[in-house]
Amino acid sequence: MSDILFSIDGKEVKATQGMTVLEAAHKAGISIPTLCYHEKLEPFGGCRLCIVEVESRGSTRLVVSCVYPAEKNIVVRTRSEKVDRIRKMILELLMAHAPDAFDLQDLAKEYGADRNRFEKEPSFCIHCGLCVRYCNEIKKKNAIGFVDRGIRKEISFVPEIASKECWGCKECFPLCPTEALQAAYVLVEALAAFPSPSLKPASGE
Amino acid sequence: MDRERIDQIIDEHLCEPSSLIQVLLQMQAENHWLPKEALERVAERLQVPMTRIQHIATFYKAFSLVPKGRHEIHICVGTACHVRGAQRVLDTVEGVTGIRPGETDLDLKFSLETVNCLGCCALGPVMEIDGKTHGKMAPAETAAVLKNYE
Amino acid sequence: MARINSPAELEALRKDILSKRDPNKPCITLCSGSACNASGSREVAAKLEEEISQQGLSNDVDVRKTGCHGFCERGPIIVIRPEEICYFQIKPEDVPEIVSQTIKEKKVIDRLLYTDPNTKEKIIHESEIPFYKNQGRIVFGSNVSVDPKSIEDYLAIGGYSALAKALSQMNPDQVLQEVKKANLRGRGGGGFPAGSKWEGTRNAPGDIKYVIVNADEGDPGAYMDRSLLEGNPHAVLEGLTIGAFAVGAHEGYIYVRQEYPLAVENVNIAIKTAEELGLLGKNILGSGFDFVVKVHRGAGAFVCGESTALMTALEGRAGEPRPKYIRSNVVGLWGRPSVLNNVETWANVPLIINKGADWFTQLGTDSSKGTKIFSLVGKITNTGLVEVPMGTPLKDIIFDIGGGIPGGKKFKAVQTGGPSGGCIPEHLLDLPVGFDELTKAGSMMGSGGMIVMDEDTCMVDVARYFLEFLTDESCGKCVPCREGMRQMLKILTRMTKGKGKEGDIELLEELAETAQEAALCALGKSSPNPFLSTLKYFRQEYEAHVKEKRCPALSCKELIAFYIDPEKCQACTSCARKCPSDAIVGGKNLIHLVDQEKCTKCGTCFEVCPPRFRAVKKISGEPVPPRIPEEARTIVREGKQK
Repeated sequence: MSDILFSIDGKEVKATQGMTVLEAAHKAGISIPTLCYHEKLEPFGGCRLCIVEVESRGSTRLVVSCVYPAEKNIVVRTRSEKVDRIRKMILELLMAHAPDAFDLQDLAKEYGADRNRFEKEPSFCIHCGLCVRYCNEIKKKNAIGFVDRGIRKEISFVPEIASKECWGCKECFPLCPTEALQAAYVLVEALAAFPSPSLKPASGE
Repeated sequence: MDRERIDQIIDEHLCEPSSLIQVLLQMQAENHWLPKEALERVAERLQVPMTRIQHIATFYKAFSLVPKGRHEIHICVGTACHVRGAQRVLDTVEGVTGIRPGETDLDLKFSLETVNCLGCCALGPVMEIDGKTHGKMAPAETAAVLKNYE
Repeated sequence: MARINSPAELEALRKDILSKRDPNKPCITLCSGSACNASGSREVAAKLEEEISQQGLSNDVDVRKTGCHGFCERGPIIVIRPEEICYFQIKPEDVPEIVSQTIKEKKVIDRLLYTDPNTKEKIIHESEIPFYKNQGRIVFGSNVSVDPKSIEDYLAIGGYSALAKALSQMNPDQVLQEVKKANLRGRGGGGFPAGSKWEGTRNAPGDIKYVIVNADEGDPGAYMDRSLLEGNPHAVLEGLTIGAFAVGAHEGYIYVRQEYPLAVENVNIAIKTAEELGLLGKNILGSGFDFVVKVHRGAGAFVCGESTALMTALEGRAGEPRPKYIRSNVVGLWGRPSVLNNVETWANVPLIINKGADWFTQLGTDSSKGTKIFSLVGKITNTGLVEVPMGTPLKDIIFDIGGGIPGGKKFKAVQTGGPSGGCIPEHLLDLPVGFDELTKAGSMMGSGGMIVMDEDTCMVDVARYFLEFLTDESCGKCVPCREGMRQMLKILTRMTKGKGKEGDIELLEELAETAQEAALCALGKSSPNPFLSTLKYFRQEYEAHVKEKRCPALSCKELIAFYIDPEKCQACTSCARKCPSDAIVGGKNLIHLVDQEKCTKCGTCFEVCPPRFRAVKKISGEPVPPRIPEEARTIVREGKQK
């Protein structure tokens, strides 16, 4: 298979067919911030932190590098005024949910994100989906999933499966960027509510 | 919900996992809500994880995981009705029934939902109860209309 | 009817059907679309059949229940052919008179006719009524002649001749080229050239390809696709089959939103009858081309109108959009090349094949060819579905066809493109409708919803309304949309409640940029449009809300108060009697007052106060005048001194 040659931040990189820009960057030792990316999981494209500028065929646009396929001769820039501005905003939006999250602190400092820009939201979860995807793709137990949509979206354990699988596993806990707070909390709540007459966890909204 | 009927519906759709939404729609139409045991049967027969069913049953507005009232009130809050004052109709209905959109009252008499366009824009603001359309609703009339439902 | 095995047999059948139809035989066409059904057309239909049978006229007059006629404000509608006598707002009680007077005695019933609001004259014939006359209904016009449940009706107006032509006289590439030449752009919102989309699928590797009809029509206020699919499903099927032939697909899907049961019913009947006749299924018209169609119902999610989300829903999953870096016409449903087009786009295809791309390109502007069906709704006199050639100025649609704003109110803006679009203000009313023209003005064509707004509409509230809609419908996967809109909605809601702060507008603009640049799908990327376009043209309203806590349109409940002018009140007691919250203090000969603590701002008093008094006022941005002293409340009437 022929290599795909393009540049990231002025440096020439090589990618193979099927690689994304992010994977090519990692291979070349160039860092791009991510939150919902995990090398063992299918790219999710949810946090948008890995957004980069791509110049190809005369026009420039912003794309999400964990999903964008590596392409011959494109010029990729991992930092720019616009990219930085958007990353700062994404961090500020996430810190409304989890201002103390370990993974967000360094990034916040680097991009000048203000943890108090937005009023605090009641939920810690920042919907990176790592727990759901790990359980689905790697463990294949499907003990946890998403429910609802939009601003009401939440993660939710399936009590019958969780009560059998989770205590002995807990592999998703360290993946949670907000330090497993939400994962542990929701798990305890789900198990305490078992057996529950309805699937929907008691809504606190 | 009767297990036999659930199996019948699944078989009508050739037990294909991709027909999950269609199966649930039929179950919802016949039973007016989706009990947990019914969903577990669907998961078992269609061989799909419960998390997927959970997600679909909550993602799509057509499904209800709790029993509904005897009368389903739908208030259209589409743009044309909104511009003609649907919010005021909704506020008055909330006041009369004591429930907000997405809720059912304790007597299981009324369930209230907002819908985003019934396509009867000429009749806006529109309130639909049990499938019957009440057009050109004024807030003052809503109490009188609702009184007719037992 | 026997299965048709060749184009020649199709023409023979068509001739046979037409020979059995006498064009001079009276036919009562009754609009039976969903909206007219809601206005009682089913009861009218039942009464018609009863009355005709009772008067012994069953062999002398036909009743045809058609799809939507488009003039929804005036439904139920009856058109009596061949004279084309058009009656509006028919009730079952009108039926006996219609049958005995108009059918039997050929006499016109004046009170049921359309009255021209300017000349006050009555208009008898459908084609002379300004609402219809000023349109160009090449696609929608067939609705009035066809019973959607009858394939014979569709054949009688020339249906399936385009399919026969494509299958027997053209090859797939020629069909594709014709559609490309016609420059048919998607009518669902994107305006993407259909021919290019089809070509991408045709050239994509793989044997299995799909064609899909997007009948999700999520934009609130838009119901064109519903009326097309309910009223003339065969036209859509025919277009879809021609498209399948052009790209090499043998399987098609029609994704209909759950809220359209009549459309689902009629399209299922159409599929069945077409299959029976050999116009769908195996070896269509003996050409060797196989094509099957399945109907898939939506389950209540606006985001499923987005093409990748729709395909995900077809696969039986939650409708979360996928990144479009690789287009879905190459990697689509089940990872295979899929052409997804809107209902109206497909319905244009048979016309283009029959009459040719050259005919089609005569209509419209340079970049927007053909016609577009709009749903003209909101603060408009003639609410309904309107089809005009592209390039028609907005003001012609709103005033000549729409009849302007009711109640003597002033036009303020027209919102096009649904939640992804924007508002066009008065000074741009000469704008010709077209994809690029509307986009340049900060809005977009969208699926064709045209919501007219007047002086009583608050534009900040319009932005808040659309954001509320979108936060409810967002799939929630990506941060810019889910979190960005969450915060935008909070800010706009605060503004409408008088809690706007300095810096709010700038923060909204920043959030708008994040969504536009970084959101996953078109829903997220276009979500700031209603805010940005209302800010562009109505900035002063935003500033009034934030700086003065005033709503210039006197609409935002928390910023207005209802006040009865003591100089004008004549104690007619209308308001006190109608107030649903018992918030009006008054009595005979006593000037009425609004108890501000109890008032829920429903506006009933404002509406019922007789025009000759106009005592109830809405005020905003200023304090409610103090209550007048009790002694001053007694009204002393001349000539009635006690």
